[in-house]
Amino acid sequence: MDSQPFLAKTFPPLLVLRSPSVPPFFFFKSQLQAHFHLLDPLDSSEPTHSFLSRHAPSVLALLCVGATPISSETLSLLPSLKLVVASSAGFDHIDLQECRRRGITVTTAGQAFSEDVADFAVGLLIDVLRRMSAGDRYVRSGSWVTKGEYPLGAKLSGKRIGIVGLGRIGSEVAKRLVAFGCSIAYCSRKEKPLVPYAYHSTVDELAKKSDALILCSSLTKETHHMIDHGVMEALGKEGVIVNVGRGGLVDEKELVKFLVQGQIGGAGLDVYEDEPLVPQELFAMENVVLAPHASVYTPESSTALQELVIGNLKAFFSNEPLLSAAQLE
Amino acid sequence: MESQPSQERNEQPTKEVPHVLVMKPPPLLTLFEDKFISTKFQLLKAWESTLPLHQFLTTHAGSVRAVLCSGASPITPHIIQLLPSLQLVVTASAGINHIDLNECRRLGIAVTNAAGVFSDDAADAAVGLLIDVLRKISSADRFVRHGLWPATGDYPLGSKLGDKRVGIVGLGSIGSAVAKRLEAFGCTVLYNSRKPKPWAPYPFYSNVHELAVDSDALIVCCGLTAETRHMINRQVMVALGKQGIIVNVARGAIIDEKEMVECLVHGEIGGAGLDVFENEPSVPKQLLELDNVVLSPHRAVFTPEGFMAACDLVVANLEAFFEDEPLLSPLIDE
Repeated sequence: MDSQPFLAKTFPPLLVLRSPSVPPFFFFKSQLQAHFHLLDPLDSSEPTHSFLSRHAPSVLALLCVGATPISSETLSLLPSLKLVVASSAGFDHIDLQECRRRGITVTTAGQAFSEDVADFAVGLLIDVLRRMSAGDRYVRSGSWVTKGEYPLGAKLSGKRIGIVGLGRIGSEVAKRLVAFGCSIAYCSRKEKPLVPYAYHSTVDELAKKSDALILCSSLTKETHHMIDHGVMEALGKEGVIVNVGRGGLVDEKELVKFLVQGQIGGAGLDVYEDEPLVPQELFAMENVVLAPHASVYTPESSTALQELVIGNLKAFFSNEPLLSAAQLE
Repeated sequence: MESQPSQERNEQPTKEVPHVLVMKPPPLLTLFEDKFISTKFQLLKAWESTLPLHQFLTTHAGSVRAVLCSGASPITPHIIQLLPSLQLVVTASAGINHIDLNECRRLGIAVTNAAGVFSDDAADAAVGLLIDVLRKISSADRFVRHGLWPATGDYPLGSKLGDKRVGIVGLGSIGSAVAKRLEAFGCTVLYNSRKPKPWAPYPFYSNVHELAVDSDALIVCCGLTAETRHMINRQVMVALGKQGIIVNVARGAIIDEKEMVECLVHGEIGGAGLDVFENEPSVPKQLLELDNVVLSPHRAVFTPEGFMAACDLVVANLEAFFEDEPLLSPLIDE
């Protein structure tokens, strides 16, 4: 049953919780086994509930793999728990309120993904504006020869970009688009001091003044369906939405309607409300670019994530300062 | 320049307004004809005549001092010979490979192009193609549209941009706009040019082969000339290496396309983002099957704003010429 080396039993125990549907990118088993004694309910024939109860007294730290949900019910089975290590960019799947109440520290993925997600967001924006994937399809289908010139795309330089959520990812997106000659404005829970971009207190205000919205914020009760009918109307017929945050930030049904009716200029989407399901209407559209929640998918992000996760855990077990503890408000 | 008596000009304006010869209409003229209307010149439209071109020119173009050309109506020594009064060649494109620059230089004929107005758009497209290839964006879009996400689940990893060394081939207005953008992603920028640019803070390589040895990606931004034709050959591509990416927003013929296809098919380079090809609109069939290439129908660098600005620049150059004022975008001999 136990494939770990003999000495592993002297490693600190680490509870690993992972949904079977989480992509392999987020679970680096052998790297973890080199430092920790893994307690993984999926490796046991025992039902999860009783596995957790049995191991509970010794579980001080838990690794949440990818977007595996960590509910208050799960947490209630782990009375000794002191640390939850998140391994994805967002943590809307973790009951943060319960963690705060219990004094459980949560560590984030820190900077591990920020640059790669930002690069992907910029790539999606250029693709939508300049119809790159659509143009590629046009060439591959032989249409360039038979049908002639493909229509012009839209200019990027000089566009007004509205960043929704100026956290680590949003800041990296802003930095890149400045180099393309774009002007940057943002909305965030609070205005950020020392930031050279115009602040808007609501996403409606931001949309009115933007040609494109890049969604980089986390998903919470407040931000759920933040991009709604009103925001899309404010953004306008030429407006573009790029979402590398969470599908739930957007009222997806409304977005599809707006796109189908030509009431919005286009969309670059990496996340959806019900992954891996993508609204079928989008498949036929030229002004939409679709990605399978892949914005973090580089070997470099994977390595950075591993180092951060293992670094946080080692610090925890050595009583040293954690590398990326979240500020739970 | 001969000066016209102003009275004569006022009495019979159309007769005095100088002609600009157009042998075949450039795409921009067809699309935006009214942008080319000016009080300072009128177009002499050779293609509207039933006369064959040669005859038209000898009959009607003897006193023509300016010509608006395009890829479809190249300025060859033969054509120049038929235009004894020619002093200015204007093209609405960034590219100038359809103009015999040596002959123009020899005869003191000025040339203007529109490189500046397309630089930002070309650079945006070049970087977009690079991101697309490295992060597999169009490939991912195909994956999702074919319904593979629910079936297959996991999507293959791309490659990070920021730690790449990107070699820019030709650090002109387009190349330098590309460099500025890549710096914001954290890339290391290197370049090759005919001569080093004193203002450029990037390492200079005197030949493209050495640039390729030290680069993870090459972005082709230079003009097509006799020297640059097939400059990106097999040797350069092998030097770039199996993970190497080529992006071309310049001219297809700068790359030995046959060799590039072989290198891509056999995995000798990692991928390519191409907006231009040697024989447009024909694209080598093997490329249509590859997942690690992004193909664009010579459109990536064009935007409506860019086109408008090009029209305005053409007209501004012509008007300046006929008013004896400095040209706005003359080609400068480097």
